[in-house]
Amino acid sequence: MNKAFALDSVRQKSRRIVARGLCKHFTDISRQERIIALDRIDLEIGDDEFLTVLGPSGCGKTTLLNIIAGFDRPTGGDVLLDGEAILAPGPDRGVVFQEYALFPWLTVEQNIEFGLRERRVPKGQRRPRVREQIASVGLTGFEGRYPQELSGGMRQRVAIARALVNDPKILLLDEPFAALDAQTRTLMQQELLRVWSAARRTAVFITHNIEEAILLGDRVVVMTARPGRIKEIVAVNLPRPRDVTSAEFNETRRRVGSMLESEVQATFAALQSDSAR
Amino acid sequence: MTAVPIESQRVTWDSARILAGARLAARRTVGPLAVLILWHLASTLQWVDPRFVPAPLTVLHSFKVWVFGPAGAGPYSGTWFMHAGNSTFRVLVGFLAAAVTGVLVGCLIGWFRLVSDLLDPIIQIIRPIPITAWVPFAVIFFGIRDGSALFLIALGAFFPIVINTAVGVAGTPKLLIRAARMLGVRSHMLLPRVALPAAMPFIFTGLRLGIGLAWVLVIVAEMMAVKSGLGFAMWDAYYFLRLDIIIASMLSVGALGFLSDLAIRLIGRWVLRWSRGL
Repeated sequence: MNKAFALDSVRQKSRRIVARGLCKHFTDISRQERIIALDRIDLEIGDDEFLTVLGPSGCGKTTLLNIIAGFDRPTGGDVLLDGEAILAPGPDRGVVFQEYALFPWLTVEQNIEFGLRERRVPKGQRRPRVREQIASVGLTGFEGRYPQELSGGMRQRVAIARALVNDPKILLLDEPFAALDAQTRTLMQQELLRVWSAARRTAVFITHNIEEAILLGDRVVVMTARPGRIKEIVAVNLPRPRDVTSAEFNETRRRVGSMLESEVQATFAALQSDSAR
Repeated sequence: MTAVPIESQRVTWDSARILAGARLAARRTVGPLAVLILWHLASTLQWVDPRFVPAPLTVLHSFKVWVFGPAGAGPYSGTWFMHAGNSTFRVLVGFLAAAVTGVLVGCLIGWFRLVSDLLDPIIQIIRPIPITAWVPFAVIFFGIRDGSALFLIALGAFFPIVINTAVGVAGTPKLLIRAARMLGVRSHMLLPRVALPAAMPFIFTGLRLGIGLAWVLVIVAEMMAVKSGLGFAMWDAYYFLRLDIIIASMLSVGALGFLSDLAIRLIGRWVLRWSRGL
């Protein structure tokens, strides 16, 4: 399936995120080297869409997420959220980080409540929203615990709830399950899909795991190694819940895998030439 | 996922555990007890001149008179509370002043590059000078009064507090700042909302170092720059060769220093309850 067709299928729905000619260049001072993290990225993300971004490490996929989140500014092109330029981070774009980034001095409940409190949502409205969110990620009974006392999977549930409680337009997830063990990861993928389909909002999910990308995404954006470009966008037209053992799933996995393999090899070759210098 | 809160671990007191505890306590008493016995023998058998090293029981007796004896029956009768109270008051006031300014200035240095560039050189130049070197200045500016003691204590305790706070604030994980900005914290609120709580473990390290220094400095100040307090009592007793009183003062300062450190440790344990086992 080619890129133009995949974009067409999105145009039917309303577009939430539009990126045009997005570039991010920076200079590696220690090596006096210009690095092109993102090179002319054109991307449209639909309302309600679950988009996964797949690429070898160092391909700029996190940079893309950071620009949408508002943490980084692009050096060229622009990115719009509902038609407005993204200038700074905000609670309308909930971010879930790989390292959780929970506030260790706050309890589970206080972490989730943090954004509402910061925006001065009255206490009477905060409480039910927080409680509902805690229940929806299965953390009832752990309200008073500190992040230190929780497992990785539970910490990531808190992080997801902390982002969702603010009712964001879009959920941005940066390899959120990469640090989890295989069983927990599978469980969390199911949980995320459940929460996402219940809340029905846009999600951008960064990963380097092919199976995860196909399992979760309506479309999979496959990125090239440096400079980070979009190699191909694969629409995954498999019904949910997806069966990872089905023939169709494996066909898609094989196809995406072969796309990615050449990129991984390119990254590896670049690393080798680097160390040879 | 259904998850069940872990039952809080209950400590069971069986006889084996009690026995092991008693054995440990006994072993740890041996050292101090040996010192006491040696001290007693040295003094009573006159290995040393008992005028210079009074026997433990003599010290205990003098201590009792100093604390509970009738007032007016001499300089070392019933005056302990006055001296200990004076010293404690100076330590608390000086330390509180240092804590407030140290945390405040430390936050600014740790957070704002400009403040750091302006103030850090001054701090780095002044810090290596021993605080005792300030005694002449303190006396000239504040006289033989509380002021000079408070100045010395506050100045001494200020440095560990300001430096630790600045290090803690400057080391706030960038990821937490991102998370806070994503959740709607405006940039001018990042310091109180994120950096200050993140720096708390460092701040409490600074406070503990500060209170320790405060007790060192109160004794120095009272020996040289004030006419009351345990340090003054020590120095005064030295002129009358009352070494029993000097030892009693030393034990008093030790105990008060231990108690104030314990207080900060307990407050710290409560404030930092989130970091237990970190």
